[in-house]
Amino acid sequence: MAAKGKTVPLTGNYAIAEAMRQINPDVVAAYPITPQTSIVETFSKFANDGRVDTEIVRVESEHSAMSACVGASMAGARAMTATCSAGLALMYEIVGVASGLRCPIVMPVANRAISAPINIHCDHSDSMGARDLGWIQIYNETAQEAYENVFLALKLAEHPDIQLPVMVCEDGFITSHCVQNVRIYDDAVMKKFAGERKPIHSLLDLKEPISVGAIELQDYFFETKRQQQDAMEKVPKVYLEVAEELSKITGNKYGFFEEYKMKDAEAVIVTMSSAAGTTRAVVDKMRNEGKKVGLLKIRLFRPFPYEEVARALSKAKNVAVLDRSMSFGAHAPLYGEIRNALYEMEKKPGLQSYVFGLGGRDLLESHVRQAFNDMLTGKVSREKRYLGLREASE
Amino acid sequence: MGKDMIEIRIHGRGGQGAKSASQLIVEAAMDQGRQIQAFPEYGPERTGAPMKTYARISDKPIETYEPVLEPDIVLVIDPTLIGQVDVTNGMKGDGILIVNTTESSSEIKKKTGFTGKVYTVDATGISIGLLGRNLPNTPVIGALIKVTGVIDIKYVEKRVEGMFLKKIGREKTQANIDAIKKAYEEVKE
Repeated sequence: MAAKGKTVPLTGNYAIAEAMRQINPDVVAAYPITPQTSIVETFSKFANDGRVDTEIVRVESEHSAMSACVGASMAGARAMTATCSAGLALMYEIVGVASGLRCPIVMPVANRAISAPINIHCDHSDSMGARDLGWIQIYNETAQEAYENVFLALKLAEHPDIQLPVMVCEDGFITSHCVQNVRIYDDAVMKKFAGERKPIHSLLDLKEPISVGAIELQDYFFETKRQQQDAMEKVPKVYLEVAEELSKITGNKYGFFEEYKMKDAEAVIVTMSSAAGTTRAVVDKMRNEGKKVGLLKIRLFRPFPYEEVARALSKAKNVAVLDRSMSFGAHAPLYGEIRNALYEMEKKPGLQSYVFGLGGRDLLESHVRQAFNDMLTGKVSREKRYLGLREASE
Repeated sequence: MGKDMIEIRIHGRGGQGAKSASQLIVEAAMDQGRQIQAFPEYGPERTGAPMKTYARISDKPIETYEPVLEPDIVLVIDPTLIGQVDVTNGMKGDGILIVNTTESSSEIKKKTGFTGKVYTVDATGISIGLLGRNLPNTPVIGALIKVTGVIDIKYVEKRVEGMFLKKIGREKTQANIDAIKKAYEEVKE
C-alpha cells in the first residue's frame, strides 16, 4: 500500500505537527518552549480549524503537561505532548511516572541545551539527561525522518508487548526550523496506519476496575522495574516489525541505525541527528578523493542496539564518535555506549571521542573532515577531543 | 552556474523579512522540482539587529547542515549593513552580490572591495512606491530572478499568492507581485 503523498516545503516542527494532525490524538497537553513552540502552535491551529478533534489542554507548565498526558493515557486515550530543554527538565518527575505506569505517550523533543548559561540552541543535553528514565528514544536527522518516526514511535509505544513512552528527537533550530522538501503521505493511508489505540487496561473500563499509581515499597517496586526492563528488551523486535509495516507505505528504511558507505570504510564516524547529514556530505566528498570513510548514524538510542552496532563496526580500523552533549566526569553519552558495544569484540577498532556543537555551535564540514583525517592517520587516544571549540582548535 | 548546488546568503536586519525571503525562494525552487533547504542563523532575536539567512537549491538531496560559508549569491536587503557586516565573506570571484540600494554598483564595489559581479536595485523605493511601506525583502527577489535565473518568476508569483492572498487580499498581493516585477526590470549592473 504505497502512498505517494505530496512534497511540500516544511520545517521539522511543521512536519511533526503534520504527523500529529494525521494521528489525531485524543489529548494533547503541552506548554510552549523555544524551539519546540511551532509544533504546538501549528497543531493548535489544526485543532482550532477543526482539522483534528483533539482535546487540547492548555496547561501552566510542562510538569502539568506530562501529568495531563499520563492521566489521559491511563484513561485509555492516545495522548501526546512536545517539549525540550528546561521544559523537559521541569516535567522530569512525571517523565519517570509515564514510563513507570507504562503510558504509551509519544513526545517530540526539539533538542536544546540545558541552562546555565542560558541558551536556546541545539545540543542533546536535555534528552540525554533523561536517557535512563525508561523512555524509548529515536533521534532524527531530517524533517522527513522526524515526520515518519512519529508514526513508528506511536505504533511501537502502543504495541501490547511494549506499552512504553517514546521521545522523537530532532535538533532544535537546525532541523526544527529548517525548511526542507518533505513528503507528506496521504491522510487516509497514514490515518489507517495510526489506527486507534487499544488500551490493555483503562481507568474508564467499568467492567475491569483498576487502580493506578499505587505505592510499591520494598515489596513489589523492584519487580515492576524489572518488567520495564523486559518491555525495553522486546523493543528491537517490535521496532523492526513496525518499521517493515511503515516501509511498505513510504519505501524508506528504518533500521536501528543507518550505515553509509561502511562496507570497506577504514575510518568511521558514529553520530546522530543533523550531524549525520553534514557527515554524509563529507563522506561523499572524501570518497571522491579516494578516502575510505563511512558513517554510522544511530537512530534508536534507547534501547541501545549494542550487538548490531558492534557488528557494524567490526571491520573499521578507527572509529570517531561525535557527541552533541557531555556527561561531566564520564564518557560522553554516545561514545560511552559505543565503547560498551565494542567490549566483547576480540578485535576492536580504535575509538576516539569528540564533543561538538554544544549550545548550537555550528558543526562545520571542516570539523568532520578533521575527525576523519585523525582516524585515517591513526590519531586515536583516550583523551577527550572537541570540535569547533576555541581553546582546542587554537 | 555549472554547480550541483546553489548556495545563497541573505543579509538583513531582524524584522525586515530576510527569513521570509529565503523561504519564498526555496518554495518556488521546490515547485520547480528542486531539492531545497532554508534556515536562518538564529541569534538573540532582536528587531533591527543584523541577521543572516541561508538557502540552498540543488538537483540532488541536500545532506549538509553547515551554514553557507562560500555563497554563490549574496542578497543584501539593508544597505546600512555594508561596512558593518562583512557581507562578501567567503564569496568567490565569480560570486554575485545583489544590494538593495540607490547607489551604483561601482560605489558598492568600492565600499566592499568585492571584485565579482555586483548588481543594485532600489527595492526600498519600489516597496514604498507600490506597497506604501518599506518592505524590500519581496522585491529584491525580482532582482535575484533577473540576475541569476535560479528560479522562475511565475513560480514565485504563485507562492506569493499562496502566502499573501488570504492575509492581505488581492490588491495588496498584486502590489507585491508588481514590486517583484519592477525590481526584475530595474536591477542593474
